Amino acid sequence: MGSFTAWMRWLWRQLTSMRIALFLLFLLALASVPGSIFPQRGTAPAKVSQYLRDNPKSGLILDRLHMFDVFASPWFAAIYLLLFISLAGCVIPRLFEYWKELRSEPPAAPKNLSRLGVYQTWQSDVSAELSLQSTAQGWDKKGWRVRTGSDYVSAERGYAREFGNLLFHFSLLGLLVAVGIGSSYGFRGTVIVREGFGFANNVTQYDSFTPGRAFSVNDLAPFSFSLSKFHAAYQVGGMQSGAAREFHADVSVKAAPNAKSKKVRIEVNEPLRVAGVTVYLVGHGYSPEFTLRDSKGNVVWKDAAVFLPQDANFTSNGVVKAPDSVPQLGLQGYFLPTVTTDFSMGPRSIFPAANDPKVFMSAWQGDLGLDSGIPQSVYQLDTTKMKRIGKEELAPGEKWVLPNGQGVVEFTGYRQWAAFSLAHDPGKGWALLFAILAIAGLTMSLLIPRRRVWLRITESQDGGNLYEVGGLAKTQAPGLPADVTKLAQIAFVNAPEVTRD
Amino acid sequence: MTGFVAAMVAFAISLSKSRRIESLEASVARINAISPAARLGGTATLEQATVSTAVFEGDERGAGRRAGNIGMSLTWLSTLLLGASILCRGISAHRLPWGNMYEFSLAAGFAIAISYCVLSVKRDLRWLGLFIVVPVLLDLGIATTVLYTDSEDLVPALHSYWLAIHVTAATVCVGAFSVGAALSALYLVAERAESRILAGQDVGRIGALAKRLPSADRLDLMAYRIHAFMFPLWTFAVISGAIWAEAAWGRYWGWDPKETWAFITWVIYAAYLHARVTVGWRGRKAAYIALAGITAILVNYFVVNILIPGLHSYSGVK
Repeated sequence: MGSFTAWMRWLWRQLTSMRIALFLLFLLALASVPGSIFPQRGTAPAKVSQYLRDNPKSGLILDRLHMFDVFASPWFAAIYLLLFISLAGCVIPRLFEYWKELRSEPPAAPKNLSRLGVYQTWQSDVSAELSLQSTAQGWDKKGWRVRTGSDYVSAERGYAREFGNLLFHFSLLGLLVAVGIGSSYGFRGTVIVREGFGFANNVTQYDSFTPGRAFSVNDLAPFSFSLSKFHAAYQVGGMQSGAAREFHADVSVKAAPNAKSKKVRIEVNEPLRVAGVTVYLVGHGYSPEFTLRDSKGNVVWKDAAVFLPQDANFTSNGVVKAPDSVPQLGLQGYFLPTVTTDFSMGPRSIFPAANDPKVFMSAWQGDLGLDSGIPQSVYQLDTTKMKRIGKEELAPGEKWVLPNGQGVVEFTGYRQWAAFSLAHDPGKGWALLFAILAIAGLTMSLLIPRRRVWLRITESQDGGNLYEVGGLAKTQAPGLPADVTKLAQIAFVNAPEVTRD
Repeated sequence: MTGFVAAMVAFAISLSKSRRIESLEASVARINAISPAARLGGTATLEQATVSTAVFEGDERGAGRRAGNIGMSLTWLSTLLLGASILCRGISAHRLPWGNMYEFSLAAGFAIAISYCVLSVKRDLRWLGLFIVVPVLLDLGIATTVLYTDSEDLVPALHSYWLAIHVTAATVCVGAFSVGAALSALYLVAERAESRILAGQDVGRIGALAKRLPSADRLDLMAYRIHAFMFPLWTFAVISGAIWAEAAWGRYWGWDPKETWAFITWVIYAAYLHARVTVGWRGRKAAYIALAGITAILVNYFVVNILIPGLHSYSGVK
């Protein structure tokens, strides 16, 4: 048992040593690198699936090694937890030491001042007692702690340096806790809202929803908003033609079900903050409006379908599913906001704004497969049990009569949609507070110099007094010689030099 | 376009400068033929402790001194011209000229040069000139050839006052860390030469450079001060980025490649500061860590901006 505790003690000493802390820091830096090389599930889940499809063998191995979610992997957690344990083990004892140091006086003057980095000496007849007293009084005490001994004056400054150091390290611990709280008690979600439509804060309305481990969906605040207008502006002409220049979404918000609605504009750097949730504008696109009639002329579908942008010029694709027509009808195709047709590449979009929009659709007839029970993407048509009955290009307002009178497709116009990301992070404020404290502590610990200066007066052989002034810098900041000179000057004024021949 | 022309002028002027400073070093080598070992073993007097950088005193009229002075003036002039060109770019675009890689590179070059100029006000840093001007020229050369884009408006993600705060802080850090890295690299040269002299060996061709430099201890101290001074600012740059990210993307930290590399850089410089107070890690190993830090910055700048897709894709390079 004794050897076990000895072993544990040894392990603890190793873990809290600076060498291991350094090693863990390197490991942390190194471990982060793959997180920037491989696509990560947290930021680009689609790219991860793509990678796994393209490299099934190596992808599987990499996935086992958590290469696609590095920052949530157990080995990454192991590194930073060890680092933080090491940090705590290092700074907690230092906190007690610092407390003791604050309550005790500055250290006595060392025996041999002439060995110090900065040193001055002279002879004087003025008595030691008088000089020590006047020097201690004359020393500007701001930022210094002064102690007068039997034959010396000792002054020390820079206590705030260690305070800053401790503040910084404890703030890092606080930051870790705040990040942890934020991710367990918060949530993130995304939703696409078309112009003229709305969103109510309810799990079923989200396109994707990621709650923290300790978050309950019953805690969702009952606010709602509707998108009245989305606006985008693009650069026209020049090297960066088509680059986005401005986005904003005009919404009306209700903070609670029976609250008054308020008109708000959400921009890229100006999110909407409502009921503890922050709503960000993260994307946009087009949704063409179609009216589908079956062979008897009944309207079987009339809505705006969300099409997803595929490139910088917003070539968008999407589908329409009309399960109520008999047989079932489906449309699949592209929306091009500004169409050009060249012979080699066919129709394509040359600008992201809808200057000359057209849709290129193909119509399918058969079984949409919606009743099979297998979940389907709303952006894809399962055509395994369907037959293509034709394709057509349509400008807004144009009608397309399907072959053999199987129905009519009308492209009535288009709306824009905006994608919003919603987030609730209760640890955010704390994280910010600890971050600010960390910077403050860091600045103090790196910029405040810590140094000690001493004056010692001893009797010399010839009856006079030997005055010695010295100083010691505990940090590599300039200024020690100036402080020693200042101390020497104060003592010198009261006890001028006497030279004996 | 004005900015482009002015940068080219600065480029040419600086180039002529770098040639001259080489001759300075040749002459300094003649006059400053004290062995580094002798400089190391100086006794601790008040004068010596007052940190003096005037290593090459007694060479008031030498040709090298004159060339060094010309070099220094030209560096000031081209730095101010570069600053003016950045200002013109800002005026031509009606915004802060920090919106794409061409502009970041100009700003970083300016940050390196101005850090050097400001540091040289209080100390004699002519020996460092060459090692500052060459990286600045490389940076400006890449900027004007590979990274150039017209001055246009910003993408919406950059419409924020955090652009001024976050990007400025990061750019200043990049500039100062570059100067720190140059000092760390020179420290490695000087330290190697000094230990060779102590061991009675020949210093070698690279080691001969050490004769034209301050002592290794001095270089190490200067490098440390720059890094220690900039580390809180880098921390601030990262945190202000996080605050901006919270407003723009809905989370303050998301391990975007740029964030990841900023974190890696932060960890490396933290390791450097810790290594400086760890027995067995001072000196050479710490200097290598500082060089790893600047490498991480360069990776973050060139590799992450251009090759790795992420949310910080504002390079403007197609």
